[in-house]
Amino acid sequence: MGIIIAMIAPAVGYFLVLRRQSIIGDTLSHVALAGAAFGMITSTYPIYTAILFTIIAAFGIEGLRRKYENYAELSLSIVLSAGVGLASILLSLGNTQGILSYLFGSLSLVNMDEIITVIGLGIVILLTIFILYKKLFYMTFDEESAYLAGVPVRAVNLFFSVLVAVTVAISMRIVGALLISSLMVLPVAASLIIANSFRSGLIYSILFGVISVVIGLIASYYLDLASGGAIVLTALVLLITTIVIHSKKN
Amino acid sequence: MKEKIVNIKNLSFSYGDNKVLDNVSLFIEEGDFVGIIGANGSAKSTLLKLMVGLLKADSGTVELFGKPIEKFAEFNRIGYLSQTAREFNNMFPATVEEVISASLYANEGLLGRFKRKNYDRIDEVLKIVEMDSFKKRKIGNLSGGQKQRVFIARALVNKPDILFMDEPMVGVDVESQNKFYSLLDRLNKEYNITLVMISHDIGVISQKVNRIFCLSNGRVYEHDLKNSKNISLNNIYGENMNMLYHQH
Repeated sequence: MGIIIAMIAPAVGYFLVLRRQSIIGDTLSHVALAGAAFGMITSTYPIYTAILFTIIAAFGIEGLRRKYENYAELSLSIVLSAGVGLASILLSLGNTQGILSYLFGSLSLVNMDEIITVIGLGIVILLTIFILYKKLFYMTFDEESAYLAGVPVRAVNLFFSVLVAVTVAISMRIVGALLISSLMVLPVAASLIIANSFRSGLIYSILFGVISVVIGLIASYYLDLASGGAIVLTALVLLITTIVIHSKKN
Repeated sequence: MKEKIVNIKNLSFSYGDNKVLDNVSLFIEEGDFVGIIGANGSAKSTLLKLMVGLLKADSGTVELFGKPIEKFAEFNRIGYLSQTAREFNNMFPATVEEVISASLYANEGLLGRFKRKNYDRIDEVLKIVEMDSFKKRKIGNLSGGQKQRVFIARALVNKPDILFMDEPMVGVDVESQNKFYSLLDRLNKEYNITLVMISHDIGVISQKVNRIFCLSNGRVYEHDLKNSKNISLNNIYGENMNMLYHQH
């Protein structure tokens, strides 16, 4: 389960970073938290409600982006505010004691149903990225030209928003809402330093993600640390090491 | 009779209350090499985007290859060099080969495998723009002129009939510009590709193209290149076109 998250978060993050939308992970993770809180109050499985909330938020961001064409980042702030506001209200309403494990991530509380759900959705996301890879690459590089080459830009954008939303919601269980965007961005930042092609950049991002999660989870198990924090700090150490080694080489 | 590849009639376009194109009519024929000039903010890029359907006109019609732009779907017949491509981030991790093959992706099915003929076509267009030895290089490491030739190669890969270029000479040194113009000349004459190009440099462009449209105050005026004092209206539609003499 950890490996699946380690692969999908940086894979989705890779496209987000290159499209200068990396902050979207932060925004959606706050909404995912509100979704998880809603699930707890209504006794629904929190990951499902988190997925529902993040998908609605992702569409909301797309809609607002068109409304504020020249201030596109405003759409992220608006949805972020809505997510935080909603989460704090929902948390104050009922029995939401387990919310800390969604905030910072916790492996020890994960049950078999969750493992199956996350692995299933994770595989679907990886397959979708593989299938849409060519179109996503073209759109990431130059959206206007992609449109003129016949790529259904709007449909792919909406579909990609759903991918991001589901990725954030299911990653929350392991890395925690507050640290999801770090796992989406830090491995990508390291890969951009050394990538020579688009394909290698994606592979390095996933590789750095997997290394971060494996080392982070082992450290969190033996040193009794929060899994999310251990994963993200490992990713940070990898990034700094990559920057230092690359600078010395050049 | 030559085919009218672009045919614009009574087109108007506004950004909010600001009308930037006012009742414009023009056409571009097969084999033309058209230069579009005008001051900053004179809606040159807007006009180009309206021609290819990236923007929708408030009123009037745009036809590409005889089809209303809203219904046009033969995307492989047009090549487009956007400003976005030129201004892209140098850190973007993509090789020359990946950038060019992107244009071929759109024609592949979702699960379609990249075919041998596609790789051959990439080699072919890289040879046309004389960049064949740069295939595996990262595009961010190339000079402005080299990048521009790669973008031309990307636009050529689907064998288009017309190529639209939005200020391709910006950030390109003079020597590379000359090379670039001779490439365009070859594309126009040898490969019979119709060219439409926005430029700031009227001095150079007027020697290279066969038609020039000048944008000013929301109108389009065609310069007669054979007689600089005479503004030819022969190729322009309708009574809405004003006669104007002006110096650039």
